[in-house]
Amino acid sequence: MREVTIRDALREALREEMQRDKSVFLLGEDIGRYWGGAFGVTKGLAEEFGDERVRDTPISENAIIGAGVGAAITGMRPVAEIMFGDLTALAVDQICNQAAKIRYMFGGQVSVPLVIRTPFGAGVNIASHHSQSLEAWFMHTPGLLVAVPSTPYDAKGLLKTAIRGSNPVFFVEHKLLYPVKSLIPDEEYTVPFGVADVKREGKDVTIVATLFMVHKALSAAEQLSKEGISAEVVDPRTLSPLDIKGIAKSVRKTGRLVVVSEDCRTAGVSAEIAAVVAEEALDYLDAPVKRVAEPDTPIPFSPSMEKFVIPDEKNIIQAVKSVVSKG
Amino acid sequence: MLEKSKLLEMYRRMLTIRFFEEKVFELYGQNLVPGTIHLYAGQEAVAVGVCANLRQEDYITSTHRGHGHCIAKGARLDKTMAEILGRKTGYCKGKGGSMHIADFSIGMLGATAVVGAGIPIATGAGLSVKLRGTDQVVACFFGDGASNQGTFHEGVNLAAVWGLPVVFVCENNLYAMGTKQSRVMLVDNIADRAVAYGIPGVVVDGNDVLAVYEATREAVARARRGEGSTLLECKTYRLKGHSRFDPAAYRPKEEVDEWLKKDAIALFQTKLLERGILTEAETKRILQDVKNDVDNATKFALGSPFPEPDEALEDVYASEERETQK
Repeated sequence: MREVTIRDALREALREEMQRDKSVFLLGEDIGRYWGGAFGVTKGLAEEFGDERVRDTPISENAIIGAGVGAAITGMRPVAEIMFGDLTALAVDQICNQAAKIRYMFGGQVSVPLVIRTPFGAGVNIASHHSQSLEAWFMHTPGLLVAVPSTPYDAKGLLKTAIRGSNPVFFVEHKLLYPVKSLIPDEEYTVPFGVADVKREGKDVTIVATLFMVHKALSAAEQLSKEGISAEVVDPRTLSPLDIKGIAKSVRKTGRLVVVSEDCRTAGVSAEIAAVVAEEALDYLDAPVKRVAEPDTPIPFSPSMEKFVIPDEKNIIQAVKSVVSKG
Repeated sequence: MLEKSKLLEMYRRMLTIRFFEEKVFELYGQNLVPGTIHLYAGQEAVAVGVCANLRQEDYITSTHRGHGHCIAKGARLDKTMAEILGRKTGYCKGKGGSMHIADFSIGMLGATAVVGAGIPIATGAGLSVKLRGTDQVVACFFGDGASNQGTFHEGVNLAAVWGLPVVFVCENNLYAMGTKQSRVMLVDNIADRAVAYGIPGVVVDGNDVLAVYEATREAVARARRGEGSTLLECKTYRLKGHSRFDPAAYRPKEEVDEWLKKDAIALFQTKLLERGILTEAETKRILQDVKNDVDNATKFALGSPFPEPDEALEDVYASEERETQK
């Protein structure tokens, strides 16, 4: 085992898959020699694999994804990077109308093994066009798979699975998680899609959380344990497919559910998870489901306001206490 | 000069497209075609002149007005017709319909109904060719309307700067739905836009199949030599309205008459007869053959079942990575 950051873990996954399979290549804005990506994920890869396989592109998000689609349906396995998640809006036609639908529209004649990596998340004071969390858009699009890793182990294993698979994958990274460290095995491994991971076991309440919120939920659970409340933290790891059974299993055990997600509340990730639990395990609930999510606003610039809209440990603790006090 | 057999094959394909589209129109009138149709009739010289330069392993991307592209690239008439009629035996098992036909076995990468969306996809196919190191080329069909989309700028620029083997074929039929070209762009020639990307821009009479063939030959040769992309503008005209029963009242009668005189098939047929490549007797025989081919395809399609309703849940995802349930 060795300790790596999520940034390193992602880079290891890209490097290993590029070594393993010549059809894997990368394209995106400033991912090559000079920057190695705005967040440094691809640093060193152009030097190692050459500019042909680590391609700097013009600022043309729709063409980055479109070119990825065209390459994917003709024998390649492109990994496209969109520098900030908000900018995927520029490529929604290629992501949602083309990549996601091509297999279906053409009757299963072809697969689209395209991975789209992009960072979401607020917290670094870069305002409304660089901070949003839009994973619900893509979770809502049939034909796409959506990965939301929260740890170096999951990030590496899920990215390797994404690259090897046959479906288009929307791979969410959280920009505050890049430097987060933990241990990963030295030997090769992958992480399957659709299998939630219990990040902390507990018996009084289930907290389902994704991405950076997993870490806040774990910190909240630690504080709650000091007050005698035992919280289980479940990380779905992928939103499509969503491990409905895994989430329901935890809720059946604890009887209470708090869903924490950084995207905004209405029709968001937390709404879907709450709905799924209502369908699968309503009889086991001893209290109403509580959602902790961003309010329905764009992300504001000024730190005082930005901090206010991002869910934090206090919000989680409050939500947990409100459900634990019932039933 | 092209060989006789090649010329006759081109003539035959053009006729096939015309008869096929006339049949689709007829079936539409009988309420046998669900949804809408965008007929290719009138533009046959473009698809055929371009595709006559391509090998089976070369790629094309297509549009909502795509039946002609399929036939020109060598798609089967029966599976094409069955798809248009929403049958299980169609190319896409009834999931795509008239606007989404694909045949990956012949490099037909599919028709997209989002105007201009096929352009970056063609660029990506060109990138794939370059990375795999083959000498395939990509022909990307799109209309005059698509050249006003951002995807045109992004996709053509990217192919240009990466030197990709893509021939961008703009079929300028003068109208984006009902909007005349002069109302939405100040340039007369869309090919002039090539200057902005540093690639050759070529204007050609899109109703003259030999002119289209020659211009494409040069662009394809450039692409195969690894010298990059070309923007080829083919000036043409659709015989029918934009879709369904659009009477195309926005087109002045004099303009329509003028173009009807330049009908691509009539022009080519006259040329072939004049040069002695075709005789009246052969013409008759080919017409009958083509008619039979279209009739057989229609019979096949009409005799095919509709998909089972729950087949709607299939093909969303590859493999078992995610199942789709109702």
